[in-house]
Amino acid sequence: MSLAQRLNIALRRVPIWLVYLVGALPPVWYLYLGATGGLGVEPIAALEHALGLLGLQMMVATLAVTPLRRLTGVSLLRFRRAMGLVTFYYISCHLLVWLVLDVQAPARIWADIVERPYITVGMAGFAAMIPLAVTSNDRAVRKLGPRRWARLHRLTYVAALAGAVHFLLLVRAWPLEPLLYLAAILGLLALRLGRRRGARA
Amino acid sequence: MRRTHFPKAFTPDLGWADVTPKPLFMNRRALMAGGAAALAAGALPRAALAAWEDDWTGGEEIAASRFSTDEEPNSLDEITNYNNFFEFGTGKEDPARNADALTTEPWEITVDGLVENPGTYDLAELVGGLPLEERIYRLRCVEAWSMVIPWVGFELRTLLDRIGVRPEARFVGFETLVRPEEMPGQRRGILEWPYRDGLRLDEARNPLTIMATGLYREPLPNVNGAPIRLVVPWKYGFKSIKSIVRITLTEEQPVCTWNQQNPREYGFYSNVNPNVDHPRWSQATERRIGGGLFNSRQPTQMFNGYEEYVADLYAGMDLSEHF
Repeated sequence: MSLAQRLNIALRRVPIWLVYLVGALPPVWYLYLGATGGLGVEPIAALEHALGLLGLQMMVATLAVTPLRRLTGVSLLRFRRAMGLVTFYYISCHLLVWLVLDVQAPARIWADIVERPYITVGMAGFAAMIPLAVTSNDRAVRKLGPRRWARLHRLTYVAALAGAVHFLLLVRAWPLEPLLYLAAILGLLALRLGRRRGARA
Repeated sequence: MRRTHFPKAFTPDLGWADVTPKPLFMNRRALMAGGAAALAAGALPRAALAAWEDDWTGGEEIAASRFSTDEEPNSLDEITNYNNFFEFGTGKEDPARNADALTTEPWEITVDGLVENPGTYDLAELVGGLPLEERIYRLRCVEAWSMVIPWVGFELRTLLDRIGVRPEARFVGFETLVRPEEMPGQRRGILEWPYRDGLRLDEARNPLTIMATGLYREPLPNVNGAPIRLVVPWKYGFKSIKSIVRITLTEEQPVCTWNQQNPREYGFYSNVNPNVDHPRWSQATERRIGGGLFNSRQPTQMFNGYEEYVADLYAGMDLSEHF
């Protein structure tokens, strides 16, 4: 039996609720750190940044599920829905910190969304995730039918790209980190593109 | 053309080198106080002198200033653990992690361009004796956060007088040290090194403009731009260039790193102005560091609250164009 097969058997014993449980913890932990001085002297920006990064990391992991299975045979498909929803949860927390702790003034929120390209792109990414979260249950899959459901869920690619571009647009100068996220997401999307072309040929 | 001694002719008055060092002075008192102690003290002067030379103020008094704000300064912990100093990395906590490795002794500064006394000087020789003051200033970062910082320094104009500015000069430019071995941020092209910035000469001569060599009455920590940096409190923080190794007087506007990197976002002037937004951040409000997780924003003041001292410099200029 191959390593991938053995891994898959082991993974089948991992309950899906564990992904939700473990996934739910980091924002709570960061909030605790922020409130007790563990995030440095500017905890609002630190918390916002940490949650945004968590979201991007989970997004990259979710996008990696399909290529991982194709390239190695290891299947995390069972957990993908949970991973996607945890991504949505992190980004929702990120947005909430921005709204409630960072911007504060409701009048400025709309102005920021319209005037600041990095916020416009970030909000577009979040908006693209809403229909994904709403249709993440079995009933929605049945109602839409698998083909339409799958087409709708290509919005994931839009959200992922928006997230990476949002990060790149908000930093000053050219630090490495946002470029690495963008490269990872572009790479994971390119793997799919190549396959689709290959399938047609 | 390194010089070991600053030419006396251009030193405005007596510098600290002309004053009897404090330990010797104290020692003289000891001599007068008791005969036996005096004999023992014979071995003292050399060590005492070395200790005195280590004293970064050169034994000078640090005067209070009418330009200081009475707002509560941020703690040393806050000031030294959250800032931008891209030479040490792009994260706000990278400088605190990496700046300790910087060697600041010896430190030489090259003075060139349109000056009477060009040359490369040892720091103490260049700035020794210039009157030190504590200046408690607001600092407003272009990223919309702010602090209150008790700098110690001297007015830039006193240094300009010492180096002798030629009449054709209209600007002063500064450069930060380039030393990738000690400055990890410089091992990558995050920005075009060396970091450069500059001022119009009348801005440089404004009494608010200081060269800081201290913080909280101690030597300036590496993380904040040791051993000497510019502080221009009515401009966004990045104009206050750190760890300076070159001062150049020019007729033309000097290159400023952020302006060069992105002229649409960072103007030459970069005066704090709540009415002119940075394309990516509103500048209307700011967050004062130190308020914790539920800190609220406060309105940003025109020229960071220094309008009465500096507004004249920009009379008749459209500040949304000359941002």
